[in-house]
Amino acid sequence: MEHVSVGWLLNIGVSMALSIAILALVSLGLAVMFGMMGIINLAHGEFLMCGAYVTLSLTRIDVPLWLAIPLAGLAVGVLGYGVERLLIRFLYGRLADSMLATWGLSLIMAQLTVLAFGPSTQGIPTPLGSLSIDGYSFSRYAFVIIVCAMLLMALVYLMFTRTSYGVMARAAVQNPAMAAAVGINPRKLNALNFAFGAALAGWAGALLAPMVGVMPSMGEAYIARAFMTVVVGGPGIITGTASASLLLGGIENVVSYLSTPFFGQGALLIVAIIAVRLLPTGISGRWQRQL
Amino acid sequence: MLKLCGKSLVLALALTSLVPAHAQSKDPIVVGSILDETGGLNIYGKAMADSTRLAIEDINKSGGVLGSQLKLVSYDAQSNNANYSRYANELALRDKAVVIMGGVTSASREAIRPVADRNKTLYFYNEQYEGGVCDKNEFNTGVVPSQQLAPLIDYAVKHYGKRLYVLAADYNYGHISSDWVKAYATKDGAQVVGTDFIPLDVAEFGSTITKLQDSKPDVIVSLLVGGNHIAFYRQFASAGLGGKMTIVSPTFGLGNEQTVLGAKEAKGILAIYPYFQEVDTPANRKFTALWSSTYGANHGYITDSAVAVWNGWHLWAKAVQKAGTTDRTKVISALESGISIESPSGTVTMDGSSHHAIQNTYFAQANDSHGFTIVGKQEAVPPAFEKEMCDLIKNPGLHTQFMPGQ
Repeated sequence: MEHVSVGWLLNIGVSMALSIAILALVSLGLAVMFGMMGIINLAHGEFLMCGAYVTLSLTRIDVPLWLAIPLAGLAVGVLGYGVERLLIRFLYGRLADSMLATWGLSLIMAQLTVLAFGPSTQGIPTPLGSLSIDGYSFSRYAFVIIVCAMLLMALVYLMFTRTSYGVMARAAVQNPAMAAAVGINPRKLNALNFAFGAALAGWAGALLAPMVGVMPSMGEAYIARAFMTVVVGGPGIITGTASASLLLGGIENVVSYLSTPFFGQGALLIVAIIAVRLLPTGISGRWQRQL
Repeated sequence: MLKLCGKSLVLALALTSLVPAHAQSKDPIVVGSILDETGGLNIYGKAMADSTRLAIEDINKSGGVLGSQLKLVSYDAQSNNANYSRYANELALRDKAVVIMGGVTSASREAIRPVADRNKTLYFYNEQYEGGVCDKNEFNTGVVPSQQLAPLIDYAVKHYGKRLYVLAADYNYGHISSDWVKAYATKDGAQVVGTDFIPLDVAEFGSTITKLQDSKPDVIVSLLVGGNHIAFYRQFASAGLGGKMTIVSPTFGLGNEQTVLGAKEAKGILAIYPYFQEVDTPANRKFTALWSSTYGANHGYITDSAVAVWNGWHLWAKAVQKAGTTDRTKVISALESGISIESPSGTVTMDGSSHHAIQNTYFAQANDSHGFTIVGKQEAVPPAFEKEMCDLIKNPGLHTQFMPGQ
């Protein structure tokens, strides 16, 4: 490029890191549900949308944004727990049925949101403003997104390695019969897994709410990308999501920068197809480590 | 239960056929409307449907047309194009509507237009669009690029600078309009330094904002559309670019972007339409009061599209009155005779040869109270390109859409 400078490099670097972080954020919850339970949750986008709406409602009643975001994830986690108890627990081992049921759930959730909040776009102004380096300016909130994506990855890692829930959940995935024999109750674990995945989706929606328009159909903009990231990433929740987000988010951003976002989106799809063709079990499919 | 239903139905039918005979001397005239009242496009369609009901009510209150009341049959196309051709068929064949008004996107217009042509039913498209449609059976009240984009680019080049960057929604409106921007920029001696087409489901503008910082344009021409694209204005403001370049847009505000965004995020964005709610004329004060009394004082911002719909119905009603009949060819002749109405946006005249409206346009900047401040006005702007290309009085057989550069 003709004008390489510190600001220019930073500008590209931040923009790319942001694309990757957003992809990782929206995929993480889905990866937990798919990796731990084998459930394909087609209502993932709507859990994300719920997180955004909870944040919006809380800020409307003057709850500070920095409190509203964590609360939104917890609220969606509780919702996820309820959904698992009422719907998902009847559908384990029935992949097609669970897809159909969660798709139906997504329609219901989107329509209920239309009834409750109206169909029009709403929003929260982006906080924190901008900072200027070497002639280029950056949104401070972009750094918040990047840091939060890493923090949530760390949270998932700690959950599955340092808590008894996580150890039991991994045991139940590795060897269900043996796990049951030593007294691990898989029903309880599944409800927790689903709630945790939903909470991660809720946090993603809450963090995105101040950057985008909040509307009932907002989940649709992310759901396809999240699925591709999970499929390309494979069974490793953290390693898979991180590597697939790096690959797909990086490619989309670079191609968008060099041409237009239209080709960026196309490049993401083509790379995803090639990756799945060459590595049918995903990038993390051949790695030994579970997470 | 079934028997009872059958009986009451017969009774009801008997009653309804009796009542109008006493109440009125003439049968009502059936008119049709198809708009997106639900689904993603209802950010545009909702206000247009509200305006349709208000216009019909207004015409009926002042005596209807030819002594008959209007009976509105309206369908919600649910933001699904397939519904447009289906409902247009039903309106023409089953409901026997004498006129169909509707369509939000250009794609929906192209779904209705052939059906209306085939069934010989008069059609009005009342929404801002990319211009150039030339069809004896169709009348357009929405603003077109020669009325909107040309003065907008002139204004931007004069006030803000000669380097333009175009961001356009990735469908026919965005592509054709960005060609227009290029043509007008060249005419004004300005330069388009970049063009990005953004798919409608993209809400992440990081790479676009990087490119804007690289190419440092004076002006960003935003042809962005829909709920996801609102994110651009937010991410642009949050990256602190607001003071460095100015956004001008012929679409900002139609989806109520100025109320969705924070006042600081929207402030200073320049839009241009024939109508803003803030237009300060007696006709508009009366119109906004009527709107408030019908839809409550807290109604949403009244969009330019809503007033285009209002103008469509009133132009048609006046033409029918003049023709003395609802017969299609006679109403078309009346509309081609230079009919004009006093609208909330000022005088609106139907241009007979091009079937497009001659109307005022206003320049306005988004302000810090989620509304607009009007900064300029042009009177009776003709649809120049359509007038040049399309003469339906000389060539009534034309069925085409003219594009820039043809």
